[in-house]
Amino acid sequence: MPRVNPIDSDYFKDERPDDKFSVIGKTVQRSDALGHVTGRTEFFEDRTFPDLAHVKIHRSAHHHARINSVDVSEALRVPGVLRVITHRDVPSNWYMVLRLIGIEPNDEPVLAEDRVLYKGEPIVAVVADSEAAALEGAARVKVDYTVLPAVLDVEAALAPDAPVIKQAGTNYFVYEGHHARRLRFGDVEQGFAQADRIFEWRYSSAPIEHAPTETTGCVVVPQSSGRLLIHSNTQAAFFTLDNTALILDRPFTDLQVKGGTVGGGFGGKVDVMVEPLACIAATLTNRPVKFVYTREEEMQVSSPRAAERIYIKDGVMNDGRIVARKVMLYVDSGAYSRHSPYGTTKACAHLPGPYTIPNVYADCHCVYTNRTPSSAMRGFGVTIADFALESQMDRIARALEMDPLQFRLKNAYRDGDLKAHRKVAEGTALIEVIQRAAALVGHELPEEYQAMSSRGAGA
Amino acid sequence: MTLLRGRGYASVNYPTGMNLGGDPSQALIHATTMGGFVISLSSVDLGQGLKTVVAQCAAETLGMPMENVIVDTADTDTGPHCMGTFASRGTHRIGNAVIMAAREAREVMLAVAADELEVDAGDLETDGTGFVRLKGSPATEIHIQDITLAAHFKQGKTISGRGIFLKERNYPVPETGEMDPDSCQAHACTVAEVEVDDETGIVTVLSLHNAYEIGRALNPAMAAQQVEGGGWMGVSHAVFESTEPYYPASRDHGPVDFCEYLMPGPAEIPVQSSVILERPASNGPFGAKGIGEMTANAPIPAIANAIFDACGVRLTTMPFTPESILRGLDALRA
Repeated sequence: MPRVNPIDSDYFKDERPDDKFSVIGKTVQRSDALGHVTGRTEFFEDRTFPDLAHVKIHRSAHHHARINSVDVSEALRVPGVLRVITHRDVPSNWYMVLRLIGIEPNDEPVLAEDRVLYKGEPIVAVVADSEAAALEGAARVKVDYTVLPAVLDVEAALAPDAPVIKQAGTNYFVYEGHHARRLRFGDVEQGFAQADRIFEWRYSSAPIEHAPTETTGCVVVPQSSGRLLIHSNTQAAFFTLDNTALILDRPFTDLQVKGGTVGGGFGGKVDVMVEPLACIAATLTNRPVKFVYTREEEMQVSSPRAAERIYIKDGVMNDGRIVARKVMLYVDSGAYSRHSPYGTTKACAHLPGPYTIPNVYADCHCVYTNRTPSSAMRGFGVTIADFALESQMDRIARALEMDPLQFRLKNAYRDGDLKAHRKVAEGTALIEVIQRAAALVGHELPEEYQAMSSRGAGA
Repeated sequence: MTLLRGRGYASVNYPTGMNLGGDPSQALIHATTMGGFVISLSSVDLGQGLKTVVAQCAAETLGMPMENVIVDTADTDTGPHCMGTFASRGTHRIGNAVIMAAREAREVMLAVAADELEVDAGDLETDGTGFVRLKGSPATEIHIQDITLAAHFKQGKTISGRGIFLKERNYPVPETGEMDPDSCQAHACTVAEVEVDDETGIVTVLSLHNAYEIGRALNPAMAAQQVEGGGWMGVSHAVFESTEPYYPASRDHGPVDFCEYLMPGPAEIPVQSSVILERPASNGPFGAKGIGEMTANAPIPAIANAIFDACGVRLTTMPFTPESILRGLDALRA
């Protein structure tokens, strides 16, 4: 029997009058479990095709450089190499995956043109009979660079004298005329003025890898109808289809995506990195083409979780009420946008954390640097903010010599509270999970804190 | 050498669905001649159990056994649009779409059954065994296989349904950040217990204790697997992972395989104990909220806070490496 955590049904009992279900709330075995543990699950790479060709990439050797020339003649001489693909072969080379939801501008080339903005940026794709020949061909591409100064720090990138690395003219994403996604609620300076204590600290994080068992990849098979069938491990079949069709400048109905079995996603398979080039290679060679990341590419070239830097300044009363919170948040988007403008807005929506604070001010910056472009990852916009916010809460509780859970309970948001983004809170349960976690580890709470409820006034 | 123990806390919430909405998912459902119900989707199951959970939603709504439900998904030629599997949206969005489709199919199913039984469709009920019965008169019943055969070959009806879930797109006010970002919020509080070796700087996460409020645990074992799998990932983020371990000095020498990119192995997995609370969300499928992403979040600050509790070192940069612990201890002794 699988492990099941107990469900404590004493909480919110009156909100579940209809608890009589036949299969909801029951442990049903996961439908793909047997296939996974017996090795019979079919992943995209388990399909074999006659005449399968392979794509490998020649990548930038520099963080930031102008490309003077690209010489592919040696690559074409490698036995088995079928074709070399440059930006000229990409019908609509500049893209931005979020254009599907109306976010602009297209800021990334599928293959680099006259410059590279990060180490590992794709410049040339080589299609060959074998992986070995494709790798050899990619290794023999010669690129002549003029190295440019690189910006590798979010705050340095925003400095007035920083070299502007983006064609759009700013090293940050522009949110409707603003240099950051803003949050303004109450009067934060007045809040600081009335506070007994001020606490201000800085937090940061390293970029990290999604580390899926199965690396990102696809096999594209030209169909007799002229369409392209894409076997992919994408997390979003239509999102991949639509973005690929836009890059190929082909009708959307020319493409079919089949997937649904993914050896680990965690946000790492929503960037549409392999399908466009595999489709172009399949079209140019009229052969089935596989493009799958090596582990090295997955770890060093595919989008990591963004490195973030977060400053939090809090104004707190001696009794433990937080009366003002100011957050300056910097997401290192790396060289290109990918999903980071969205993730930064999501970070802003999460502030100031699950607490009711009357005065909140935040600037959430989506910053471009010459690091590997970051993008979506599990907890997008929230995970690192939670590290910062909850470290902050612990430090303040200690400074005030308050119990860390009581301090959180005192500030916890409840039903009916107006959040900083001006949505009225409903269905809240922060108080209850704190109470229940305290009980789980035998952390005693005074009666007044045990009596608190997300549904009404307590302590 | 001393092994120092500490305990840390963190409490968090997490939004369900794509930020600001505008992320539809559709479902189509149709009955086969012999009582099967095929759910057509284009959604991707990342291994978290989406196919299983949406089959449960369909079976519950139809009032039919799980065995009768077939999920056909992730083919853009045969399945209707889905925005994708991310943003803790799968169970909520696709579950809701499937329920809507199954409700429509159920209505036809009951109408066909009513014709066969010569009763009013409003007087019929299901109990999940495969029969449709007259309320209060259980002997008047018909099996789903006979209903679907009659629909196809006698009444000439398609037992089918269409479903979609869309939270309308919201646009933030640029000046103030006023917005409606989420469908609902799930909640968690994690207590971490760690051991810090003051000679090597190595942090061992001994245990994670969690309380999660997730609206409704549609499949309790899979909810437990999300909590424990995410807990593992949180430990990994907290004390192991970086693609640029020498940054800012250098971005070189980044790891290129799992020998260099370290993550917790079996010996580093903490003991976990968890409790689930259910406060159903008014817009969730049977009240369910998204639990997918958030389970990696609370463990990280809980571990940071436990490290401080253990040895007095406040770490403000992830990951919490042995080097940073030792430098922190040196600073305390200075």
